[in-house]
Amino acid sequence: MRLSGITKRFGSLLANDGISLDLAGAEVLALLGENGAGKSTLVSILFGHYVPDAGTIEAFGAPLPPGDPAAALAAGIGMVHQHFTLADNMSVLDNVMLGTEPWWRLHSQRRAARRRLMETAGRFGLAVNPDARVGALSVGERQRVEILKALFRDAKILILDEPTAVLTPQEAGGLFATLKELVRQGLSIIFISHKLPEVLRVSDRIAVLRDGKLIDVRDARHAGEAELAHLMVGREVAPPQVRPHAVGALVCELNDVAVGGADGLAGVSLALHAGEITAIAGVAGNGQQALADVLFGVVAPDRGTVRVDGRALPATPRAWIGAGVARIPEDRNAVGTIGDLPVWENAIAERHAGAFARHGFVRRRAARAYARRLVQRFDVRAGRGVDTPARALSGGNLQKLILGRALTGDGDEKIAHVPKLIVARQPTWGLDVGAVAFVHQQLLDACAHGAAVLLISEDLDEILFLADRIAVIHRGRLTEARPANAWTASAIGLAMAGSSATEHADAA
Amino acid sequence: MRLEARGQTARGWLIAAPFAAVAVTLAICSLFVAWAGAPLMPTYAAIFDGAFGSRFAWSETLTRATPLMLTGLAVAVAFRARLYNIGAEGQLYVGALAAVALGGIAEVASLPPILVFAGMLAAAMAAGALLLLVPALLRTRLGVDEVVTTLLLNFVALLFVSMMLDGPMKDPAAMGWPQSVSLPDTLQLPKLIERTRVHAGLLIALALAVLLWGLLKYSTFGFAARAVGANPRAAAFAGVRVERTMVIVALLSGALAGLAGAIEVMGRTGYVTLDMSPGYGYSGIVIAMLAGLSPLGVVLASLFVAGILVGADSMSRAVAVPTYIADVIVAVALLSMLVATVFARYRLRWS
Amino acid sequence: MRDRVSAFGGAKTEGRDDCKRPAPVIDAIASILVNADFWSAVLRIATPLVFGTLGVLLCERAGVLNLGIEGIMVAGALAGWLVVYLGAGLWIGVLAAAATGAVFGLLHGFLTVPLALSQHVAGLGITLFATSVSYFAYRVSFPSVTSPPTITPFVEMRWLSLPVLAAQTPLTLAALLLVPLVGWFLYRTPAGLAVRMVGENPAAAEGQGLDVHRVRMAAIVAGSALMGVAGAFLTLSAFNAFFFNMVNGRGWICVALVVFAGWRPGKALAGALLFAFFDAMQLRMQQAGDSGLPYQVWLMVPYLLSILALIAVARRAAYPQALMKPYVKGER
Repeated sequence: MRLSGITKRFGSLLANDGISLDLAGAEVLALLGENGAGKSTLVSILFGHYVPDAGTIEAFGAPLPPGDPAAALAAGIGMVHQHFTLADNMSVLDNVMLGTEPWWRLHSQRRAARRRLMETAGRFGLAVNPDARVGALSVGERQRVEILKALFRDAKILILDEPTAVLTPQEAGGLFATLKELVRQGLSIIFISHKLPEVLRVSDRIAVLRDGKLIDVRDARHAGEAELAHLMVGREVAPPQVRPHAVGALVCELNDVAVGGADGLAGVSLALHAGEITAIAGVAGNGQQALADVLFGVVAPDRGTVRVDGRALPATPRAWIGAGVARIPEDRNAVGTIGDLPVWENAIAERHAGAFARHGFVRRRAARAYARRLVQRFDVRAGRGVDTPARALSGGNLQKLILGRALTGDGDEKIAHVPKLIVARQPTWGLDVGAVAFVHQQLLDACAHGAAVLLISEDLDEILFLADRIAVIHRGRLTEARPANAWTASAIGLAMAGSSATEHADAA
Repeated sequence: MRLEARGQTARGWLIAAPFAAVAVTLAICSLFVAWAGAPLMPTYAAIFDGAFGSRFAWSETLTRATPLMLTGLAVAVAFRARLYNIGAEGQLYVGALAAVALGGIAEVASLPPILVFAGMLAAAMAAGALLLLVPALLRTRLGVDEVVTTLLLNFVALLFVSMMLDGPMKDPAAMGWPQSVSLPDTLQLPKLIERTRVHAGLLIALALAVLLWGLLKYSTFGFAARAVGANPRAAAFAGVRVERTMVIVALLSGALAGLAGAIEVMGRTGYVTLDMSPGYGYSGIVIAMLAGLSPLGVVLASLFVAGILVGADSMSRAVAVPTYIADVIVAVALLSMLVATVFARYRLRWS
Repeated sequence: MRDRVSAFGGAKTEGRDDCKRPAPVIDAIASILVNADFWSAVLRIATPLVFGTLGVLLCERAGVLNLGIEGIMVAGALAGWLVVYLGAGLWIGVLAAAATGAVFGLLHGFLTVPLALSQHVAGLGITLFATSVSYFAYRVSFPSVTSPPTITPFVEMRWLSLPVLAAQTPLTLAALLLVPLVGWFLYRTPAGLAVRMVGENPAAAEGQGLDVHRVRMAAIVAGSALMGVAGAFLTLSAFNAFFFNMVNGRGWICVALVVFAGWRPGKALAGALLFAFFDAMQLRMQQAGDSGLPYQVWLMVPYLLSILALIAVARRAAYPQALMKPYVKGER
């Protein structure tokens, strides 16, 4: 495949700037870059989800019509999306068969398709149950279905967008083995990631993207981590300063907390102390959301007690806000902010009826002044100041707004106040390096000033960097929270997959 | 054909949108006028004349606009919180019925007029509010879509009113026609302009429009309602009590629609009949959308729609175009307005 | 008729044992149930509901709520009838109604799919538009009639020689046959799979090379055509003229029935029949008179039943996951 001069703009954002790349047969080409570098945009263009503003694509010698996923599929390009494109309510076979038959056919050839699916699965070593309902599958299994979708259609070029984001280290290893087999059978693979170690491990060549431009293409065997990191980031980003601090009193305690449902908790106990960052590591879908929701005050546990400062709190967000808990939700657009409302109304959203209200009316002047100070201190870039609708802010700026709102306390006077407990769920998801560093610094500072911090993240690097203590969650159960330096990477990986260190030792 | 998001909402377009919609509406409806075989400009002129061409025309338009303002406000408030109240028609009727029922009780009628007035209005508001409360609770507790339930309840409400008018509340002096006993003059709203039908209900409607505008913009309840309408999940996360807010919005919206019914009875007709409302509840939806869900905009939009309805009535006496042209104009205006709102946020690209 | 009168006649009728009379209401219901006319009426009442519910089902399976059904039924009723009045054959009338429905469906699709407007408001707008245009068209065509002009409607299918079905018209047969057809389409054809997928996860459909907008538009147009036919049944079969307010909320009842049916064609038929059963029952109870309740209460029954049906399935409703979520291409 050959890309020439691919350029794509979204409004004022230049996502891809004149990118030219070659892909050879039977090789793994990695697209490496930090969040926002343009990797996903580029492959979306390849697959036809977007139409490039300029540039051409050639696949197997023939030009590829832009903006047409059907043409891309016909040309042998298959894509495993970062967020799986699977219908939960339908079976594996349904998902794989879709679009493979002419629409005017009066009778779907399901039996033949089923045979072909099992054949393909066997050929590449991917186990699958064609009649299983996708919604009931695990994340790893769903990824396998995504890959099979492409292989079923005779893909010769397979694009994988951040595939290891949802896998345990061991499952990632399994994926890499599969990729090696695919290459052995002649496929070419484009592998997108922002994680250096795995890129070096799995790829033949590495293309580094930064701010929408292609910086360089290196041979994986001769590239070093340090130089790649430098190419990726391109500037000095001061690593966050870790200040030494003392661990203080017990702030929050969970005791045998259980929450029902598929992604629930099965009896979790945890103690959070002031001045300490406790992190929960794990693969997505093992109960993190339920744990976060309990501590956000959104969900009431079916069993067990939750105490903040010794008091049990009702399961309402109001109670938790009132108790001085700062909450950073996982989805800044769907949960964290209200897009249609301006920045200042979002800033006081949690306290619109409390500190910023008087006799049933919102204290506009005080609220706007508070919002202005918040925007300034947390460097929130908004086109029209505090009147900008939140919808118009970039991801990074929204996160800064949410962070600012969470870390500044009750009322406008006490902007230097530090909350008692900070519950942060995926606080740096989708942010570029500069924003990530900013968020990390804020959390570290708050902790140094005596806040208890609970970090629930699927980014292991972030956890290893920030945490004082780490517990691993698997199927709704927590391991004990051990000091960070008592964990090895492989031990965490095993715990994420559900086996304990002793089990592994016995098996060895 | 694709939509491409604009970077910033084109604010100028938001203000221009209703006017653009009206222009497009008049253009499209000229086709219907032509279909009826009537000359275009004289027809439009007759409509305009009948609506705004004379003191009498204005008075009729204002009279017609009064209940429309209230149903428009009812729908606007509800839609703002994403509660789709399509039952304004039924709420209007039960409100009218409740007002007349209360005013008809002898003990009540002997109290000082100001108390009776307040009581009747309160009864109407309560009736309308209760009618919307049921679908609202079904939505918050059970997740039942309120569009269908409010629609179906319209039919039930009308049948209930019909049953009352055939039975306990029937006017024996009305020669078998199903209507309620007339309200005595003391219990009717005073006229604002002599020798016209414009009554004090107009002032009530205008006052409520201003009140609601203030409520939505400045109060904590207004903030909660807007937040819930924009993003219920984020609002809940921020501590807004979503169910409580929805219920209050429902009570408010239903009360406004019920009030529309009471004011119509107490100001214009004097008694309840089954054809009191030629679809005011549904017109309220159009008015709310044309107004961009803004309470102040509702005032202007209701004048527009009232003008069309009144003007078409008068026009059809002079020109051979059926009065249904008014409903066509109003429906096309709604659709045009909908399309116009898209252009505030998106640009159209031909791919 | 004689059976019903005698049930209420009670003690006054000769040759009956006065001592062991069951309650008059139960007696009335029993005698209604054994009457073949009743079951014919049930099928007759169910027919437009079947067409309408299948139409809404197609649209909602593709992820779009079509509240234009009430107006489309009015338009279909008028279009079908008018075409026949002007001299065309009855089936041409049905086709005209379907085409009319399709056109309004196209408009609704345009508003909700590429323009991604609120499906609730767009649908209501279509209902208002279609209804007002239909009434306008009728008045323009017949400016000064006192009683509505009539046509010769579909005739009963006496040649079928099956008890209840013989009293039905061909459109009812078409409705019954349509149910398994729609089921086959949805579950056994590639196009049906596409429709279902587009209503569950449009991104998945696009990832497999489908044009989400095109599939949705096609489903809406097809569904709306069925809604038009539902309306035509009223003027070409059930009655023989066009009246104002003739649809009278049947469209909304179809919307409720789709939820009740869990978006499955077979259950849609069951729901329509169940509803028609109660509707026919209340009509006859009303006619039998003397039940002590004002006729309005009986008329309320259909609407209240629909609301109850919605409540009954509320918690368990398995919505198509992408229902009412517009899909904007290239905005991920």
